[in-house]
Amino acid sequence: MRRMRYLGWISVSIQIVLFSIIILHMKLWESFLGFIFGREEDIIYPRAPLSILVGEHLFLVIVSTLLALIAGTLLGIYVTRPRGRDFLTIVNDVTAIGQTFPPVAVLALAVPIVGFGAKPTILALFLYSILPILRNTVTGLENIPPDIRESAIGMGFTGLQRLLRVELPIALPVIMAGIRISFVINIGTATIGAVVGAGGLGTPIISGLVRNNPSFVLEGALVSAFLAIIADQFLAQIERAMRAPYERALSS
Amino acid sequence: MNKNRMIVLENVTKSYGEKAALQGISFDVENGELCVLIGPSGCGKSTTLKLINRMLEPDGGEILIEGRSVRDFKPELLRRKIGYVIQSIGLFPHMKVSQNIAVVPSLLKWERKRIGERVDYLLELVGLDPAIYRDKYPNELSGGEAQRIGVARALASDPPLLLMDEPFGAVDPLNREILQVEFLKIQRKLKKTVILVTHDLDEAIKLADKIVIMDMGRIVQIGQPENILSKPANSFVRNFVGTDRAIKRLSRFQVADYMNRASSTTIRRLKESNYKEAASRRESRFLWITDEMGILTGWIDFKNFKESDRLEEGITHVDPSNFAVRAEFTLKESLSRMLSQGVRSLPVTDEKNRLIGEINLSTIEKLTELEE
Ligand SMILES: Nc1ncnc2c1ncn2[C@@H]1O[C@H](COP(=O)(O)OP(=O)(O)OP(=O)(O)O)[C@@H](O)[C@H]1O
Ligand SMILES: [Mg+2]
Repeated sequence: MRRMRYLGWISVSIQIVLFSIIILHMKLWESFLGFIFGREEDIIYPRAPLSILVGEHLFLVIVSTLLALIAGTLLGIYVTRPRGRDFLTIVNDVTAIGQTFPPVAVLALAVPIVGFGAKPTILALFLYSILPILRNTVTGLENIPPDIRESAIGMGFTGLQRLLRVELPIALPVIMAGIRISFVINIGTATIGAVVGAGGLGTPIISGLVRNNPSFVLEGALVSAFLAIIADQFLAQIERAMRAPYERALSS
Repeated sequence: MNKNRMIVLENVTKSYGEKAALQGISFDVENGELCVLIGPSGCGKSTTLKLINRMLEPDGGEILIEGRSVRDFKPELLRRKIGYVIQSIGLFPHMKVSQNIAVVPSLLKWERKRIGERVDYLLELVGLDPAIYRDKYPNELSGGEAQRIGVARALASDPPLLLMDEPFGAVDPLNREILQVEFLKIQRKLKKTVILVTHDLDEAIKLADKIVIMDMGRIVQIGQPENILSKPANSFVRNFVGTDRAIKRLSRFQVADYMNRASSTTIRRLKESNYKEAASRRESRFLWITDEMGILTGWIDFKNFKESDRLEEGITHVDPSNFAVRAEFTLKESLSRMLSQGVRSLPVTDEKNRLIGEINLSTIEKLTELEE
């Protein structure tokens, strides 16, 4: 099992290296897409290199996921404390409704308020990713076995000590799974940010659609798909490492 | 107020909504006493324990620890001074054994070095090698090992009072007996005040200095195990302790206190002597045979042995570790061994299988004759 984990990290590292190579060497893309579409002009989105687009894209996703992480876990902690328990169902319902709202609609509503650019996009992604993080935080905290809670109280932990030293560490892998889901979904969803000028991998896609150039579309779509796959594996690896200490005996 | 009384409960009541869980219970536990709460499921045993460390608040009555009301303490601080063990143990899965044991000392902000030493001491106390167990995670432990860690964790800050809610309930019967014996040894050494909840009457009789029998939120009888068995207060207790209470009482007694001197000889000496000499050496029906080192190898039963028989043919050879009892066994175990072997007398041996005495059925029978 230990070996497997080791292999997991190696495989993720190799993927990251390969990914960096292909986005830093535009020539590779040019010949690949040129081969697919059988022409040599207008193959690669000309306004920005992929490395910049990936950077912008990651910025949108990371900032929004971090904000959602802070809000989602705090909210999740609050509604599982005795004081906030009354709000558990309300918060669950509201965030669930939030997710049924199309991100494009959030963008349209946000632009008049916060203007064009990264801000409305981050807002839409943020609203979108709270739910998985919140839900997993609540699940993780609610599923702490009652006997562990009881013995923690019986030992003399204060409420905050119990949360920080017992409940959150035990719930952490579940919360991490929520973060991973949010992050990966956000990588896909962030492409719509290009509509309001947030940059990122949506830019070649939108531009390709406008100019009727599928090569641009494929450039943006492929890279964002790769990015999602790698991010998923990377975060899954972290999640596994968090579970590792106490699952060690079960799996070895 | 009597200084010796560690815990006093006075007319304590507790309801969960409409449901009355405790309807006015009063008892006290002396310093260093092991008090067992026993009674049918739902009679309020766990509720009683949780009131003492303020995991619950009573509706009425008073609970005193060393003469002070538990309400005088902040709940968290009170709990850090009271060891607490529950049936499912509740070890923290993300912490190593050493971290689990160190929970209360670190809450009390002990120095690191002191904590480390304490953890090792406690692991040894509960019979686990610190070098092996310190860095294990709870899911790498057997049920019995986890239970020991639970006890070590409760003892970590050396609290004067231990609350144990069915501490051995989750382990199989064989391991339970081992844990009980080990716990008794620890208790004799540390002399904690202990309130232990159990369903198991044999466990109560074996461990308790004092038994509190509860039913439907009330106390039915309080007394020493001997008294509860010999003088049940009413039909509830009589039914509860069962018809074999005379036999149950036997687990209070140790072989060491009731064994007799055993007559023995070696095979070599037996061969050199004649029947008369051999017969004169015995003190009961049996003459035990040992080797030169004193290790038990068999016996001669003079009831079936006639003067004309050849000596060697009269010897019954046995494997001492299966046949003999040890001085630390209870009379209950001795009796069941006698019954299963169909004998009226058993040799008592030490850990090296050397004969040190014998225990007789007649002695045990006398102890079971109780006044009704
Ligand atoms: N949190 C609770 N809410 C409502 N009723 C409760 C609660 N805890 C206990 N009770 C009830 O109070 C009574 C006493 O419960 P308690 O847990 O003290 O019993 P117990 O003697 O420990 O039983 P057991 O041997 O099954 O552990 C029971 O009837 C139980 O159903
Ligand atoms: Mg109980």
